[in-house]
Amino acid sequence: MRLSECRPGEGGRITKVSGGGPSVQRLMEMGVVEGADVRVVGVAPLGDPIEVTLHNFLLSLRRSEADNVEVAP
Amino acid sequence: MTTAAAARRVVLVGNPNTGKTAIFNALTGLSQRVANYPGVTVEKKVGRMRGGFEVVDLPGTYSLAAHSPDEAIAVRVLLGEQQGEPRPDVAVVVADASSLKRSLYLVTQVVEVGVPVVVALNMLDIAARAGISVDVARLRAEIGVPVVPMVASRGTGVRDLIDAISASLDQAPPEPRFRWPVRFEQILDELVASFGGSRVLLTRALVDACGAAEADLEATHGPAFATALRDARLRVGTNGSTPAALEARVRYGWIDSVVAACQEARPVRRSITNRLDALLTHRVHGTLIFVGIMGAMFLSVFEWAAPIMDLISGAFDRLGALIAGALSGTALARGPLESLLVDGVVAGVGSVLTFLPQIVLLFLFIAILEECGYMARTAFLMDRVMRFCGLSGHSFIPMLSSFACAVPGVMAARTIANARERLVTIAVAPLMSCSARIPVYTIMAAAFIPPAMIAGFLPLQGLVFGAMYAVGVLVAIPVAYLLKRTVRKGPPPTFVMVLPPYKVPSTRNVFMRVYERARAFVRQAGTIILAMSVLVWALGYFPRPASISRGAAGARAEARASLSGETLAARLGEIDRREAGENLRESALGKMGRVVEPVVRPLGWDWRIGMATIAAFPAREVIVSTLGVIYDLGEGTSAVARETALASRLRAATWPDGRRVFDVPVALSIMVFFALCCQCGSTVATIKREANSWRWAAFVFGYMTVLAYVAALVTYQAGRAIAG
Repeated sequence: MRLSECRPGEGGRITKVSGGGPSVQRLMEMGVVEGADVRVVGVAPLGDPIEVTLHNFLLSLRRSEADNVEVAP
Repeated sequence: MTTAAAARRVVLVGNPNTGKTAIFNALTGLSQRVANYPGVTVEKKVGRMRGGFEVVDLPGTYSLAAHSPDEAIAVRVLLGEQQGEPRPDVAVVVADASSLKRSLYLVTQVVEVGVPVVVALNMLDIAARAGISVDVARLRAEIGVPVVPMVASRGTGVRDLIDAISASLDQAPPEPRFRWPVRFEQILDELVASFGGSRVLLTRALVDACGAAEADLEATHGPAFATALRDARLRVGTNGSTPAALEARVRYGWIDSVVAACQEARPVRRSITNRLDALLTHRVHGTLIFVGIMGAMFLSVFEWAAPIMDLISGAFDRLGALIAGALSGTALARGPLESLLVDGVVAGVGSVLTFLPQIVLLFLFIAILEECGYMARTAFLMDRVMRFCGLSGHSFIPMLSSFACAVPGVMAARTIANARERLVTIAVAPLMSCSARIPVYTIMAAAFIPPAMIAGFLPLQGLVFGAMYAVGVLVAIPVAYLLKRTVRKGPPPTFVMVLPPYKVPSTRNVFMRVYERARAFVRQAGTIILAMSVLVWALGYFPRPASISRGAAGARAEARASLSGETLAARLGEIDRREAGENLRESALGKMGRVVEPVVRPLGWDWRIGMATIAAFPAREVIVSTLGVIYDLGEGTSAVARETALASRLRAATWPDGRRVFDVPVALSIMVFFALCCQCGSTVATIKREANSWRWAAFVFGYMTVLAYVAALVTYQAGRAIAG
């Protein structure tokens, strides 16, 4: 499933990061790469952006950016 | 070679929020200076450390893939490609032990640059609390560069870091342990052979689509480079994956093996940060707490600063009176020099320093929020809301700050990485009602809005006040929306942002942040407002027809002959005020007022309001004192007495045909004009500096002035139609 579809507490191992451009590159530099574990921590008041945790830190990203990330629970 | 050129240079690189600034402060103490890199609004922080080293704190960055101006500068200085910046002798990479993988990503990139590298492995205390322990000797062996364990917030490891830096000088650069795929190296070799220059810069150009390196090299080598680059990228990216994806995959592949060898993580209870975030970024509680914090911050900026502001403005009034007193009886009394000193210089400096307490308080709150980690959460919480007008969560704090003063607001926009979003934020921030508008609203509301209650409990004057604040916000939304769609193109904004762990703010770091920003405000706003105040003073002082002073002298002689005691003093005071009023009416400023009268007539204004508005362009709060002079009130009395007297004088003012000048529609049109107009010399100067463009500053000034005029026109005409 896509990371953008995960609810708080859900997540899994990243299977694919698609798309290009600076924001996807920034995501990958932060460690959002295949094989990393990621979990959704929270959602901002109007449902976007979302807060995720990976490699022991917290990252915020918009749903449109999380659309590029596939995870397997 | 000069001694300055011979100074050894150490650069600090690292992710934001890894304690890089704390390490910089520990190394350099108070010897640091803040300037700007030429042509851009990126702060250059330089200091000296023991042994005569020059230390440069580079802007925080997660990678050498530069997209924002800050990142581009960091990379160029590191590579020795920035004009006027010598190549560094040692690069210190500050790494966060609690997020070792992410930190090592930048380390592997810096090791390729070819200068000696020292890794400052910071935040070991936070890592320990998260159950993470790092085998430092093993890490050092794996990455092949010295690693210094540190807890910079407590000063632990600073001495070892200084020793490691000294030991690394003149050493051969480290041999990178991370290796690119052979095919990538071959393609890069070809680019190096064709175009020459820095191998790392060419790597960045090859990998970072739309990045700063690509733009720089294309500017140097022209279209041939663009073609070669496009071709090289196609060859690097196998089966549809981009070079950027390749880099992330191979670097993290290598990092995973290093971290597996030297890091041990045992499971712990959820960290404090995770538990706090469950509360603070929660959709309901998080929002309530956020509104509470922002409201408290805002109210205290106004409440706590008010007494100090009164004290300062009172002190400047007394200073002016003191100068006048010292000069009385000399040849300079009542002359142009006295007037220049009292009404130009002292009043000008006073009007800057009066706002300083409020601005320092605001900077203090912002510094505390930044230091404890909450600032990133405000951007997270407000992102969706700000997107209604095409901005992002990053614009929230600049906007909020602008309610106190647009200068710190515009300065706060620096943290916005996306250039287009930064420009739009800068353009709409001055629409927020700043504290300098309050005196204007106060005097108009006090004079013309009846102190009635709506529905028995809502004060009408308060509602009008609130409406003025709302006007700025409501206008900002469509303006930002339109600008966002028309301003020059750039990379699409991203909201990928690390939410740093919460921590107790360090007093020292908070103090340094407040001090730096307050100093920048005084230097920048101070010089501009002072210059503009002197200019407006000159326009309002010259020319002075001799007939006016002759008439006043005659009146004084007559009064002295016929009156005595208190009645004489009162009469003399009245003559002084009338003389000042007549002089102002005959001055260049007064003439300008009459020239613009046809233009301001549709707003319901007479030439006196037009003139006072012109005088208020450098600093809007000046309108109160200008109106005071033109209505023969003088300036010497206390602020409260002045306001009451001015209010009654304004109510009594008439057109030549005897109709009243001011009524509710006129007052509202003046208030709306002041709410929307960019009457602030220091804001315009700050925009010029922050956007690095006179054109942008002129545009903001222009659009706000036009908008203010149109809105005031609509207000007055609609008010007239309703009031009849």
